[in-house]
Amino acid sequence: MALLELKGIDAFYARIQALHGVSLTVDRGEIVALIGSNGAGKTTTLRTISGLMHPAAGTITFDGRDISSTPPHRVVQLGICQAPEGRRLFQRLTVQDNLEMGAYSRRDRGGIRDSLEKVFTLFPRVKERRHQLAGTLSGGEQQMVAISRALMANPRALMLDEPSLGLAPLIVDTIFGIINEINSSGVPILLVEQNAVKALDVAHRAYVLETGTIVQSGPGKELAQSEEVQKAYLGI
Amino acid sequence: MSSATVARPRPGPRRGRIRIGRFTLNLRDRDTVIYLALAIGALAFPTVADFVTGGAGGSIVLLAADAGVYVLLALGLNVVVGFAGLLDLGYAAFFAIGAYTYALMASGALFHTPLHHAIHIPFWLLLVVGVMIAATAGALLGAPTLRLRGDYLAIVTLGFGEIVPRVFRNAGDWTGGINGLSALDNPVLPYWVDGPWAGVGEQFGIVKDLIFSVANPTAWYVLMLILVGISVVMLNNLRKSRLGRAWMAIREDETAAQAMGINTVSTKLLAFAMGAATSGFAGCFYGAKLSLVSPENFQFQVSITILVMIVLGGMGSMPGVIVGSLTVYLILFKILPDAPNQVHSLLATTGFTAIDQPTGDWPGLGEFVSRLKFLLFGLILVTTMLLRPGGLIPSRAEIDVERAAKETSALGLEGAQG
Repeated sequence: MALLELKGIDAFYARIQALHGVSLTVDRGEIVALIGSNGAGKTTTLRTISGLMHPAAGTITFDGRDISSTPPHRVVQLGICQAPEGRRLFQRLTVQDNLEMGAYSRRDRGGIRDSLEKVFTLFPRVKERRHQLAGTLSGGEQQMVAISRALMANPRALMLDEPSLGLAPLIVDTIFGIINEINSSGVPILLVEQNAVKALDVAHRAYVLETGTIVQSGPGKELAQSEEVQKAYLGI
Repeated sequence: MSSATVARPRPGPRRGRIRIGRFTLNLRDRDTVIYLALAIGALAFPTVADFVTGGAGGSIVLLAADAGVYVLLALGLNVVVGFAGLLDLGYAAFFAIGAYTYALMASGALFHTPLHHAIHIPFWLLLVVGVMIAATAGALLGAPTLRLRGDYLAIVTLGFGEIVPRVFRNAGDWTGGINGLSALDNPVLPYWVDGPWAGVGEQFGIVKDLIFSVANPTAWYVLMLILVGISVVMLNNLRKSRLGRAWMAIREDETAAQAMGINTVSTKLLAFAMGAATSGFAGCFYGAKLSLVSPENFQFQVSITILVMIVLGGMGSMPGVIVGSLTVYLILFKILPDAPNQVHSLLATTGFTAIDQPTGDWPGLGEFVSRLKFLLFGLILVTTMLLRPGGLIPSRAEIDVERAAKETSALGLEGAQG
């Protein structure tokens, strides 16, 4: 059984339907990419999983448990954490405070300290900057903090929303390297990206979302070879 | 010679620290220094006031006790506005609830209501009761409204701020209507403090001055200091707690806070309740000291004045809020009301009485100044905010963000990524 499973999800913003029967699964140990153009419903999919909005139809199960109508703070406690689109750091708190907020749902002080150590080895830059206010960091550093903050919850599944958005190519490479590293430590990742080349390269499996519907799915490398995907998203 | 005058750093890793038992004061910490200065100033104030006025400092000390009410209110609203970032325009409502709680439960007022029974609960107990009732009111208002964000929340709180005094005014059977309630009980020290062993009436009696009446401003002043002290310690601990950091996370980015697993509704509710609780404290003191509450004392203007104190002092910075509320209080209730008389006497002593005489449209300079009071107040506010946009004593975050912005623009790095 898949760790995270979406079945026939419909989601609305007021009366506008954003998702039409979206179904997808994320298994233990996987990187699953969700690609698609602007407005395809990628972020909406993540929002329904994290409980920031609730699906009008369909079910979301995590580890065999229905979380379709679970409030966001409960979803985090269950072990799904995300680095939201546009980083959304707490700008006027220090990096350290941001990381501690990431561990808000946890009470095990020792475990939190371990997570902090892990995050600091993963991102030495974040450690250097830990006493600085988050709002004063560069875009790449902020993205690193956003991912670190999500990791501080010790997630059983990590969701990353557009981690490469607005970053210089060199930094994008670093970020994707780290995504791989996090995954190889055993954390399954649901990755939402516009940068299809990078996403398909790193993902085990991928889904293509178009105007709220999944139009294609398969192993990342396979999708990268598919003609439609190449035309629409890879610019080949 | 030159080498001898070079200041050498004293040895030891703990320079600038004073240890008192378990507590360490770090004199290099800005906030510690400000708190220390405020505490010393507050303790010395009655003596200094007496000395400067030649033994007639009573009225000033009484005024200072009133200023303390505003300090409490500002500290409480700072939790809501400064920590949690929720704009509350009806804060005076909770102040009113605290004051009316005291008025009803510590006077003969309830005898004239359908209840026909006067209740006289001691002040000290009512402090706790008032806090709990105000906090409950905060939670009750918060529950349906805190799902709103930003401007919408401000409008709802504005409405609440109008409704509460109006209810007190119109429920005349219970609250005395427009006349309010008067002849409220004064606080009395419990017998185990106040008994013969306390040395009342004797020269060296510790608490001989702690009899709460209009004739004894020092008693009120000391009580106020204690209340402010308790509130500062409690709120400061709260600020540093898990809850305090959750408030700040919500202030910075509510959606991100939610995504981090913070239950934003209950966390915001707690901010509202804590803010309201502090104003319940202030309300009880206010009712007891004035021995009178009336709906006129809790108008919209009160809410706005408290908000001005916070913004002027530095939103989210507790020392800033204290200094801000004292400053605004001094300007609003001492300097500006006294200004016309000062002008009168100045003109009289310098011999320019002519421009103080009303002629035609000219009301005379003294009267003119008195008419311009609020224009002057506005000018002071605008100037202060232009000179110190983060407030008189900005919170640390504010300072760092400003500094970073300056550095980035100086290096031409604005908008640089990666």
